[in-house]
Amino acid sequence: MYFESFAAFLQMGTHGPFVWSAYGISALLIATNMWLAYRRQRLVLNEIRRLARRDQGSL
Amino acid sequence: MMVWKTLTRWYHQLGSPRYFYRFSEVLLPWLWPIALLTTAVGLVWGLAFAPEDYQQGNSYRIIFIHVPAAGGALLGYVAMGVAGLVNLVWRMKMAEVMIKAIAPFGAVLAAIALITGAIWGKPTWGTYWVWDARLTSMLIMLFLYLGVMALINAIPDPRQAGRAAGLLSVVGVINVVIVKYSVEWWQSLHQGSTIKLTGGSTMPAEMLTPLLISMLGIYLLFAVSVLWRARAELLWRERKSAWVKELV
Repeated sequence: MYFESFAAFLQMGTHGPFVWSAYGISALLIATNMWLAYRRQRLVLNEIRRLARRDQGSL
Repeated sequence: MMVWKTLTRWYHQLGSPRYFYRFSEVLLPWLWPIALLTTAVGLVWGLAFAPEDYQQGNSYRIIFIHVPAAGGALLGYVAMGVAGLVNLVWRMKMAEVMIKAIAPFGAVLAAIALITGAIWGKPTWGTYWVWDARLTSMLIMLFLYLGVMALINAIPDPRQAGRAAGLLSVVGVINVVIVKYSVEWWQSLHQGSTIKLTGGSTMPAEMLTPLLISMLGIYLLFAVSVLWRARAELLWRERKSAWVKELV
């Protein structure tokens, strides 16, 4: 590691709040996007299965 | 001629919803862990192991997310523009699906580039925001992405929505060029390009390597996100076709 201690790593000199808020917001946005993208195909698949079951039931 | 034949075969195969679905099915279980791992390696390297910048101190470490996000937003917009053009010329269904699949993460990356840039600006320039060419054109890019998404949501017929969104994507590519060259054409607070494809980068290898790894990681995450969204859209559009019924 470049830093001497974990505390120094968190502190980043005087720039800790800037660096960590930038990374925190980015991580939150990216994680939310990936989760929504993944979940969407699951939801669509379930919905199509539900429609298929309903159609079978009406026959 | 072999290359051309291979390309046209790909175009037709990947243009087929059923083939695309199978293809992504095989690709995704590998692609998403690789994307996540690459991003993690790049960011941890940049945050904890890369040396400090002699002028900016540690605040420069924001570059390891800022530049990949901005690059991804630009590249994503070009891809969306190409899909828009393909759709306008050949009315290709897959191209409509791709526009819809690209826009959300493109908007997220544009927003990240703007937010991290603003946070980086405070300790470096003394201000979060200035209305200069680079920052303003990047904000316009975010609005273009949101505009494409809004158009698709506003028009109920998916084919009409696809054409309208495709047109906006194609026209918006002009803005990509403006973002790219804004720091050279106008006076700007924003620093010049760090990575240059021609003529060497302005960064030592111990900083450049993690930056390139982070970029690759974010681009791969973009690909995963696009594949997931495209699969959802394809399934829904093709829900009455035989291949989807067979699948569920």
